Amino acid sequence: MNSRPILLVEDNRDDVELTVMALKESKITNPVVVASNGVEALDYLFGTGTHAGRDSSLQPVVVLLDIKLPLLSGIDVLRRMREDERTRRTPVVMLTSSDERQDIAATYDLGANSYVRKPVEFEGFVVAARQLGLYWTVLNEPPEPAPGR
Amino acid sequence: MRILRPLTIRQKLTSMAMISSFIALLSASIAFLAYDLHTIRQSLARRILTDAQIVGFNSISPLLFNDAETATATLGGLKAEPAVVAAVIRGQDAAQPFAAYFRDGPSAPRPSFPAQLAAGPQFAADHLLVSEPIRFEGRPIGTLVIQADLAEIRDRQRRYASIVLAVLGGSLLLALGISRLTEKTISRPIVRLADTARAVSSQKDYSVRAEGAGRDEIGLLVGTFNEMLDEIQRQDSDLKEARTDLERRVETRTRDLAAANKELEAFSYSVSHDLRAPLRAIDGFSKAVLTDYGPQLDERGRHYLERVRAGTLRMSQLIDDLLGLARVSRRELVRKRADVSEIAGQVAAELARRQPARTVHVQVQPGLRAEADPHLLTIVFENLMGNAWKFTGKKPDAHIEVGQRADGPAPTFYVRDNGAGFDMEYADKLFGAFQRLHAEADFEGTGIGLATVHRIVARHGGRIWAEGRVDEGATFYFTLERNL
Repeated sequence: MNSRPILLVEDNRDDVELTVMALKESKITNPVVVASNGVEALDYLFGTGTHAGRDSSLQPVVVLLDIKLPLLSGIDVLRRMREDERTRRTPVVMLTSSDERQDIAATYDLGANSYVRKPVEFEGFVVAARQLGLYWTVLNEPPEPAPGR
Repeated sequence: MRILRPLTIRQKLTSMAMISSFIALLSASIAFLAYDLHTIRQSLARRILTDAQIVGFNSISPLLFNDAETATATLGGLKAEPAVVAAVIRGQDAAQPFAAYFRDGPSAPRPSFPAQLAAGPQFAADHLLVSEPIRFEGRPIGTLVIQADLAEIRDRQRRYASIVLAVLGGSLLLALGISRLTEKTISRPIVRLADTARAVSSQKDYSVRAEGAGRDEIGLLVGTFNEMLDEIQRQDSDLKEARTDLERRVETRTRDLAAANKELEAFSYSVSHDLRAPLRAIDGFSKAVLTDYGPQLDERGRHYLERVRAGTLRMSQLIDDLLGLARVSRRELVRKRADVSEIAGQVAAELARRQPARTVHVQVQPGLRAEADPHLLTIVFENLMGNAWKFTGKKPDAHIEVGQRADGPAPTFYVRDNGAGFDMEYADKLFGAFQRLHAEADFEGTGIGLATVHRIVARHGGRIWAEGRVDEGATFYFTLERNL
């Protein structure tokens, strides 16, 4: 099992707690790093701002990215990630409430690896979190860490 | 006048002038000729009659004294009248002429005179005969017969005819010249009017005007034409103004509508994202309470928490359905040839897959086709057949039938079931959002499905209605075409 962290980009504290709870319930042991807005997420990924000094060559095993975020939307974050050499290959799963076609299309166009709509029902949410966690931390073969600059 | 039809107006005017002049002159000439013929015959007859009376009187004494020589000499006096061809004096014995005169000499062919002749002048085809009785003291003693030829009349008529022909020809030439000069005053304004009309129709320029042309009917026509152009120009500018105004208004409306649409889109986007998150929290934490603190709660407490969770899920379903309804309204309608039977079949298969425990006899009429948006049509059948599936849930032998009604001008599709049905009294409430005719406890649902179907059918320009009886089933009919 890959022990690299999972980056959860989510502004809603309830959703953060529920996601962590669901991951825990699914026996996913990877550490969960939470970024509550788009800027913070990019800071973490690129080792800038509040995360200055972090080794940006160490990319999370998967980024769980909400779309509706303060400051920078999830779509903007995804775009920046795909534009940068270091995060170009980092797996990104859109984890969001909406199932708007335009969002689904836009994020796939920008290179999202998956799009999952968060079920309202907690049991469903737990199932989704478990499958996501297992898939991205166990089953999926992550890309080689990009060379640091 | 059919011959004149293909001619130009100039040619028509000239032809008419020529024909009129010719007919007038010809009639006048014929009348004069006839009158002249009559006059000259009268005068010839009178002249010969006078000669006959004189010669007759001078022949009394030769006749009395039986002096044929003198009588012949007297007849010779007729030489002064060149028209006289022959003259004969008959005595009492009509068979033997008493004396005779022949203009062209005795050797020339002699005309024969009829034995009996009425007194006075008598015209034949080529001659005139005048018979004058000779009397002495009231007693007839003989008859003088004179024959005159009509060469004089013929000559005169011939001369007259040539003069008439000359005058006719001259007059016609003159008429031609005059009509050539005058027809321009008629045809030129008409030609100009036609040019103007052509310019108006080809260039759509309503500001041009035909030039005025006097006070006659053509002038009136030109004036009226110009008035008509005034009116057209005015209406044209009114129309252009109205169109510009309309375009401006449409533009404004379109902009307003686009803004409203965008707002609505932003709204439903927000709803889609933001309304679900709190529900997830409510459900998730209720579940957490149940899991972590369940043992500390009594039965009632756990029941309440389950109700909270059920309410949350229902709310979530409502949001999904409402978003679906909004999406159906926003989505662009793409009409295609849709295989209705196949769509209904797929929907039926999906329903059976979701509830494999149920046995429902679904019968779909094969070969159904429609010009419609296949995606929206699928939503229609998902809702209608989903309802039929749901409301037959308490029937032991559930039947669903999808077909097309043969009657009516537009193809009418229907979905029929033998389920719970409904009371026709409330049929008008079927298609309103959040309207339900059954208790939630009996049949679950949000009451948005039929509103969505109604919206889709309306967007296709069609119509939807339903028939039903409580506990006997329901039939939903819909059309997908505008018109009719």
